[in-house]
Amino acid sequence: MKTKQISVFIENRVGRLASVARVLKEEGIDIRAISMADAPDFGIFRIVVEDTERARAALKRNGFVTEVNHVIAVEVEDRPGGLSDVLEVFAEHGLNVEYMYAFLTERSGRAIIFFRFEDTDRAVEVLQAAGVPLVWGERLWGSVR
Amino acid sequence: MTIWNPTRECMPRDDLRALQLERLRATLERVYQRVPLYRRRFQEAGVPPSSIGSLEDVRRLPFLTKQDMRDHFPYGLFAVPMRDVVRVHASSGTTGRPTAVGYTRNDLELWAEAMARLVVAAGVTAEDVAHVAFGYGLFTGAFGLHYALERVGATVLPVSGGNTRRQVEIMQYFGSTALVCTPSYALHIAEVMEEMGVPRESLRLRLGLFGAEPWSEGMRREIEARLGIFATDNYGLSELIGPGISGECRERCGLHINEDLFLPEIVDPETLEPLPEGCLGELVLTSLGKEAFPVVRYRTRDITRLTYEPCACGRTTARMERVTGRTDDMLIVRGVNVFPSQIESVLLEIEGTEPHYQIVLTRDGSLDDMEVQVEVSERVFADEARKLYALREHIAHRLSTVLGISVRVKLVEPRAIQRSEGKAKRVIDNRPKV
Repeated sequence: MKTKQISVFIENRVGRLASVARVLKEEGIDIRAISMADAPDFGIFRIVVEDTERARAALKRNGFVTEVNHVIAVEVEDRPGGLSDVLEVFAEHGLNVEYMYAFLTERSGRAIIFFRFEDTDRAVEVLQAAGVPLVWGERLWGSVR
Repeated sequence: MTIWNPTRECMPRDDLRALQLERLRATLERVYQRVPLYRRRFQEAGVPPSSIGSLEDVRRLPFLTKQDMRDHFPYGLFAVPMRDVVRVHASSGTTGRPTAVGYTRNDLELWAEAMARLVVAAGVTAEDVAHVAFGYGLFTGAFGLHYALERVGATVLPVSGGNTRRQVEIMQYFGSTALVCTPSYALHIAEVMEEMGVPRESLRLRLGLFGAEPWSEGMRREIEARLGIFATDNYGLSELIGPGISGECRERCGLHINEDLFLPEIVDPETLEPLPEGCLGELVLTSLGKEAFPVVRYRTRDITRLTYEPCACGRTTARMERVTGRTDDMLIVRGVNVFPSQIESVLLEIEGTEPHYQIVLTRDGSLDDMEVQVEVSERVFADEARKLYALREHIAHRLSTVLGISVRVKLVEPRAIQRSEGKAKRVIDNRPKV
């Protein structure tokens, strides 16, 4: 029900993002989802890939500092109000979103949004009980491929 | 041209040398009797004070280093009981271990006298309004100048450091005529004056007494032009007494050393052998009158050369060239001494950080800027930016506390910091060369 993401520490310097991408390319890793948070002098680059361990090992081998943690992928209807409906549920249940990033998938008419919560396990429980459609594993890869 | 103490400053050299020898022997006797470290070292070297019969014999005595002072921090090298100590100053050191210096009432007298000669040599008179912009505190700079300026009858404004706009306003209100600070701060004041639209003609400034960091002739010309003053250099170090060791006269051809109070030598920093007059080497100093904290053969790590030629001003004392470098890795940032090892020890005490760092020094306008780049390890990396911010602020706060100057911290990727021949290059100094 949860999805692993890799966070990479990136110095705010020309070419660093390109280096991360190059490592993943050389390792033959397909990036499924991507986000970049930036601060004045560093950034946090977040990716979702199928083979988390292999991607992480390749990054570490190339000197990058990484962390693997969990996000929750929520299927949101691709229509006006789709995101709002889901966020209302979070608010009702007091779930605080740390950050999020979204992907639209053409085929399903649905969007996949990755949410990072303070307490991932509690978020999974609450969202399942509230009937919010979560996606993970093969279904997720099927949607984002 | 006024000389504060012609008896001492213009003494025939033979008389001066006789006085130095007499005071040297008294100093050696004092430390031998009262400070265990000196006693042990003199015994190990086989040079009891009684064996010192000439000034040249001082070369047979062992050196004292900054590390010795740290090892005996805070009071281990004091030569009087604490009840006789009326003041303590300290310089920065590694975490929790600065070096401390004590003063008896007589030492404070000696200090004010030594510095009074230098402020008069720089042109200060009882008519002057002296604006002291050194920070008042454990550092010696402000107090050293303060009491000397009072002694010569100047009106002292103990402004302390920081808040440059206010400094300019105070100069306007009080009609400051002599500015006392680091040369880079003087330039910064000039810049702020320009920003504020304060023309130099609206101030009464006429003299600048600068010290605590190296500066060039070019910088002197710039300060003089922008502030409309006559600028001189003075030299001292807190391990000896503070400012008051030497200073320029109006001729500005070297800094006159208060030789009756401090015996200078120049040694080869590698072999530690004495070097002849005129050779560039490391300055070694011995105090010749201090009671609480006498110092014998202190290795200053400062590189300079000496001349004993008479000066046109009439003083007969030795002159040292402006300090042009260091024989260790000490940095001077905004007038404050910084050792890279201090940064290392701060990082080591912060959970999870690696002692992989680099210091990048630049000059922003006229002020030094210090950035410490710290490598982020997996142990401290968190997916949340606010945790990294908190870490960065924590490191910056600790560094500022230990070093006594504000420091910017930048988090960098591992191995982003250059390693050269397996040994990290710790300091990138991009400031204009002196």
